[in-house]
Amino acid sequence: MTPPSTPIVTFDGVSLGYGDFTVLSGIDLQVLPGQVVAMMGGSGSGKTTLLRATTGQLLARSGTVRVFGEDIATLHGEALRKARQRMGVLFQGGALFTDLDVFENVAFPLREHTRISEAQILERVLDKLQAVGLRRAAHLRISEISGGMARRVALARAIVLEPNLILYDEPFAGLDPISLGITAQLIRNMTDQLGCASILITHDVAESFPIADQVYLIGQGRLLAHGTPDDLSASKDDYLQQFLQGRPDGPIGFHYPLTPAFERWLAGRRGAISA
Amino acid sequence: MTRERTDFWVGLFILLGLIALVFLALRAGNMSSFSFAPTYRVAAHFDNVGGLKVRAPIKSSGVVVGRVAAIGFDNKRFQATVDMDLERQYQFPDDTSASILTSGLLGEQYIGLTPGGDDKSLKDGGEIQFTQSAVVLEDLISKFLYNSAEKQGSAPGSPASNPAAPAASAAGKPPGQGAPAAAVVQPGAAAPAAPHAQ
Amino acid sequence: MITGLGAFARLFGAIVARSSVLWRRPRLTAQQVHFIGNHSLLIIGVSGLFVGFVLGLQGYYTLNRYGSEEALGLLVALSLTRELGPVVTALLFAGRAGTSLTAEIGLMKAGEQISAMEVMAVDPVRRVLAPRFWGGVIAMPVLAAVFSMVGIIGGWFVGVMLIGIDPGAFWSQMQGGVDVIKDVLNGVIKSVVFGVVVTLIALYQGWTAQPTPEGVSRATTRTVVNGALAVLGLDFLLTALMFAN
Repeated sequence: MTPPSTPIVTFDGVSLGYGDFTVLSGIDLQVLPGQVVAMMGGSGSGKTTLLRATTGQLLARSGTVRVFGEDIATLHGEALRKARQRMGVLFQGGALFTDLDVFENVAFPLREHTRISEAQILERVLDKLQAVGLRRAAHLRISEISGGMARRVALARAIVLEPNLILYDEPFAGLDPISLGITAQLIRNMTDQLGCASILITHDVAESFPIADQVYLIGQGRLLAHGTPDDLSASKDDYLQQFLQGRPDGPIGFHYPLTPAFERWLAGRRGAISA
Repeated sequence: MTRERTDFWVGLFILLGLIALVFLALRAGNMSSFSFAPTYRVAAHFDNVGGLKVRAPIKSSGVVVGRVAAIGFDNKRFQATVDMDLERQYQFPDDTSASILTSGLLGEQYIGLTPGGDDKSLKDGGEIQFTQSAVVLEDLISKFLYNSAEKQGSAPGSPASNPAAPAASAAGKPPGQGAPAAAVVQPGAAAPAAPHAQ
Repeated sequence: MITGLGAFARLFGAIVARSSVLWRRPRLTAQQVHFIGNHSLLIIGVSGLFVGFVLGLQGYYTLNRYGSEEALGLLVALSLTRELGPVVTALLFAGRAGTSLTAEIGLMKAGEQISAMEVMAVDPVRRVLAPRFWGGVIAMPVLAAVFSMVGIIGGWFVGVMLIGIDPGAFWSQMQGGVDVIKDVLNGVIKSVVFGVVVTLIALYQGWTAQPTPEGVSRATTRTVVNGALAVLGLDFLLTALMFAN
């Protein structure tokens, strides 16, 4: 990576939560331009929360979230809009607009934020669709395309404004092997071509490790490990190894822990059966 | 749906709405009887306007020549004041009389103008001198009762005239008006005499 | 319930504040007028026709007892323009257009489309809610007027064509008794008020629905129930205000 470059995203001692519940605390991370950074963790570990903190949809309880050098908590109105226009987000499942067709979905950010002509819109959209291999699907309705295709259309939509930062929320979830390979390649190529930074929120080790420059592992409400994929693979940490190897039992127990609520419920059921 | 097609259908929809409104206003409503002709204002005082409403028609010889503009109460004379807008194309003599009539037996009330014979015409701001109040149904009935009681002579005497007398005094007009039975049908004829002359 | 009312009022304010979308992006609103209005025309038209038929029939039976059949035109027209047109249209609107708005918004929220818009720096209230609100407000009076017109024609058909009332009396009594300002215009004002309220309720329920199948289902039910109650309650209020002597 080009050495002295300003990080696109910085988290400084950030803690995040909803209401009374704290999801994550003490998060420090940094994303440089041209990097693919993977945020990994088990289900419910707070990965989506991190994404929402980056886009400014969720404000940090403590600590600072800096995006494009600015504290996102201080941005409002026009400034926030401008910052968000420099980000592309790929939602789980795509979050495509079901009342528009493929072309209109990708054209949406152009229509909303720019004043370029119809001809230019046509060219740009088809260009981005070409990059994801779906140029000739531009006429299809959203109900007519498969899940993998929808993910790719959503990617095209996320990059159509050529953002400086792309966030991917579980881009590999539920895809067949071929689509998996395509998606991983697209993420890497996009980052290299556009020179942007990419943050991957995922738990797919096999797909993300080959393309990631940095990996952050979160779990149990905090940052557990960070480094290059090779660093993490070589680590001796039990939890890390359980996660990376996909072992059913380890620091994360296989069995759900015993609670008084369960014991009461079981007693009640046994009572009902014998009665 | 292309943009042009959507616009077309929306345009058609709005047009349909306008047509419906026009239909309601003209065919169903009374807008076609709105006249935008210039008018002049004339006032009149009545003892009793009955059920006369603002915008009720003013007719002469059965034709609408104007509309009631306002109905008020004159606290000095203790009479109702009716302001009328008459169409400029219709000039009426100064001694025209105005009566409050009912269309049909139980219908809406309107003002009927009977022209007099004067050379001079009513002007804007003028006043109609001769008026006939609305017929109050109760008065009508009590007159009829009194009249039929009179006709019975004094044979059933007091019991017949007694119910008639309180009913007659409730009418507010002196019962001794002579041939009240005939007056029942044409109360307008008897009225322009003394009680209303200003 | 008080907090709900407050949130409702705030959403109303937010939508009205973004009404510039009407003239900046008229296409969006026009599309909504099409989806909300044009797609409701069939049910409104057919309902209006049948209500007119029934008014003609029932009205005739009752007026006949007093020898006043010739006032049938007046009866049908006044019933429709003053009350049935705005109210029945609003109720049907809540059921047809209201529920589809609620479900659409609720599902958009569930599918993260709203979230995606926010992140793309597009104001979802301006882009999604405001056009639908104004689409509903524009469509309602049109639908109510169509309902009344079709109803009067229906009443005419039953009264004049089927029963044999004199057409001259039918129309002239109507024209004599239906006042454009008092009856027709007040009916239009009512339908505008109902349009605002029902559309707002539908959008609010969709906006605050739980993003699950049960959540959306409950939200659509609330749209119809709350919308209907609001319409009937407001109708009483407006009638008292407008038609009091």
